[in-house]
Amino acid sequence: MTSPAATSHTDGTVAIRTVDLHRHYAMGQSLIRAVDGVSIEIATGEFVALLGSSGSGKSSILNLLAGLDRPTSGSVTVHDKNLAQLSREDLARYRRHSVGMVFQSFNLISSMSILENVELPLRFAEVEREHRAKQSREALERVGLGARMHHRPSELSGGEQQRTALARALINRPQLLLADEPTGNLDSHTGVEIMNLIGEFNRQMGMTVVMVTHERALAERYARRMIFLADGKLVDDRSNTPTSFAGEAQEVAPGGRA
Amino acid sequence: MKIPDLAELALRNLRESLLRNSLTTVGISVGVASLVAMLSLGIGLQQLFSRRLAKSGLFDTVLVTSRRDLRGMGREEERNGPMPGESRVLDEGARLEIEHLPNVIEAYPDIRFITEVRYDDKPHLTMIAALPASAKSNDAFDGMQGSFFSSDTAPEVILQKTFAEELLGKTPTRGVDDANVADLSKLLLGKEVTMRYAQRSASAAQPSPPSADAANSTDAGLGGVAYSVVSREQTLRIVGVADLDPESMRGPTRAKVFLPLKLAQSLHVMQPTDLREISRAASDQPVYSSISARVKNPAQVQAVEDAIKKMGFSTFSILDASRGLQQVFRVLYAFLGIFGSLALIVASIGIVNTLVMAILERRREIGIMKAIGASDGDVKKLFFAEAGAMGIFGGIVGVGLGWAIGQVINLGTNVYMKRQGFPPEHFWAVPLWLVVFAILFAFVVSLVSGLYPAGRAARLDPVQALRYE
Repeated sequence: MTSPAATSHTDGTVAIRTVDLHRHYAMGQSLIRAVDGVSIEIATGEFVALLGSSGSGKSSILNLLAGLDRPTSGSVTVHDKNLAQLSREDLARYRRHSVGMVFQSFNLISSMSILENVELPLRFAEVEREHRAKQSREALERVGLGARMHHRPSELSGGEQQRTALARALINRPQLLLADEPTGNLDSHTGVEIMNLIGEFNRQMGMTVVMVTHERALAERYARRMIFLADGKLVDDRSNTPTSFAGEAQEVAPGGRA
Repeated sequence: MKIPDLAELALRNLRESLLRNSLTTVGISVGVASLVAMLSLGIGLQQLFSRRLAKSGLFDTVLVTSRRDLRGMGREEERNGPMPGESRVLDEGARLEIEHLPNVIEAYPDIRFITEVRYDDKPHLTMIAALPASAKSNDAFDGMQGSFFSSDTAPEVILQKTFAEELLGKTPTRGVDDANVADLSKLLLGKEVTMRYAQRSASAAQPSPPSADAANSTDAGLGGVAYSVVSREQTLRIVGVADLDPESMRGPTRAKVFLPLKLAQSLHVMQPTDLREISRAASDQPVYSSISARVKNPAQVQAVEDAIKKMGFSTFSILDASRGLQQVFRVLYAFLGIFGSLALIVASIGIVNTLVMAILERRREIGIMKAIGASDGDVKKLFFAEAGAMGIFGGIVGVGLGWAIGQVINLGTNVYMKRQGFPPEHFWAVPLWLVVFAILFAFVVSLVSGLYPAGRAARLDPVQALRYE
């Protein structure tokens, strides 16, 4: 482990920029301003936590960053692509190649083995069959599930399922990892495991990570920057020194990378 | 997404809710089966009809007549054809010329006349026609009892079964079966009949026909013109009784008594057309009212017809006659096809239903797929593939089912036919093209059914879909 954990891994370029971002929903007669004028800039390689209570708009922002949703107004630019202007087809391509997503509820397809789940994005990317199999196996081995690749998600523990989801999110080597409450359905020990993996990817591959969470403690332990949201508005934006990150990273990383 | 991946995922999804998809597929099968059953009935009937027609001949026969006979109605033809044809006479020279055309097996004059045949001292007026030796191999004489003419000049005769009954004093009944022909032939084979006929004989210089009894000559004294008409008699031995359909279209239309061709020619029987050709009759050559040209292969009938028309004659073949018939069968097909398709259309609603249900169930899965990079097109294609796969499976099973239904009904009908004293027939035919067509049709109908569900799945909002628990 040569790179010091405490220093920033960003190379200074801007990965994500939102300008006066709005996302409104009509709910019956009333208008819900899920995202209400948020402007943020996230540098390449940053580990950012979006914090807020439920309904604060953090998940809505994540969906906008993922290209799953379009802003009502304002712009989201990810690696110089203005997502608001992309066609549906181009958005799909963006999700396929530039973004990896991890969810609280894992979102694995239950009728497929975990190997097939991990392979699925490669099918959409039309990667050749033999490459697909090899890449998927390697991805599962990297998250420590090489021995269980033919199991279905329901046969695995929550932690194992989330690791599978991580392998799937990273299979297309995206520049951006979006995590929506990744530890929300896990016990604390397993949560730590998952967070360490995410942190590892962030540091080793220089991958920009945006994590949504309502647990401030979790954010303080791992994120280098915390953005607080309330009622769709940005209320605080501060940098953070990950408390347990350096220590745990040094515990886990040498073993994990050997 | 690539097609093998689509197919793989589609099949996987179909297996996931096996019962529902199987039931839908069974629905398609029933639809395809009804379509196949209906159409194969139509095809079977047409084949039955065609076999009957083939039995009657003419599929490989071109009837040639002198164009002069068709004057007035054939103006256009005359303008198309070379003008020398206008005055072309259908004589032996023309016959040889036709016979030497490519793809023509033989060309023989149609000799046909109405005259009296005496049997057991009772006179019977009937139509007599001459048959060439080649008619022996003709499927028209498949059901004949006895034997064909021993030679082309033998004084022998073959009777059509209704005439045979007439000779025996029976009234013809409907639906006579083969056994009846055998009974008739037992009574008649080897017996002799006497044919009285009018001989056309050249007035002075013409040699007498071999069979003519010169002493019996009752010259009508038409010395001024080119020939005279003489009454003659000829004794003939019955060698065969044929169950040929008297209404058949094989050369000797409506003839009930058949003579060997060479014998008939040598008799110089007075023909109705002789009167018309009276100005030409001075020549020694006989003039034919019509000639039948047999063509090697039904496919070449059109070419031969054209060639003969160029020579300056009028032609007629079953091709001309069957055009109307084909029209009738096209209408029948359309009718049966529409009925058969009804069940398939109902089945296609089943596909819509199944897929819409699948969308509801797999909402989240669709959301996941979109989140990890599936485009609208990928989702749409996946649902299309599922619909198409159900269509193909349903089509394959349905064709088998339809074929089985056809076999069962065929069997049942034939049992009934046998009881009623009819020979068994093949009403049902499932040709390869129908198999391919039915499966393709099921596939296309399924894809069309998949249009709406696939579109709906593709438009699904991934954020909504993922929120849905």
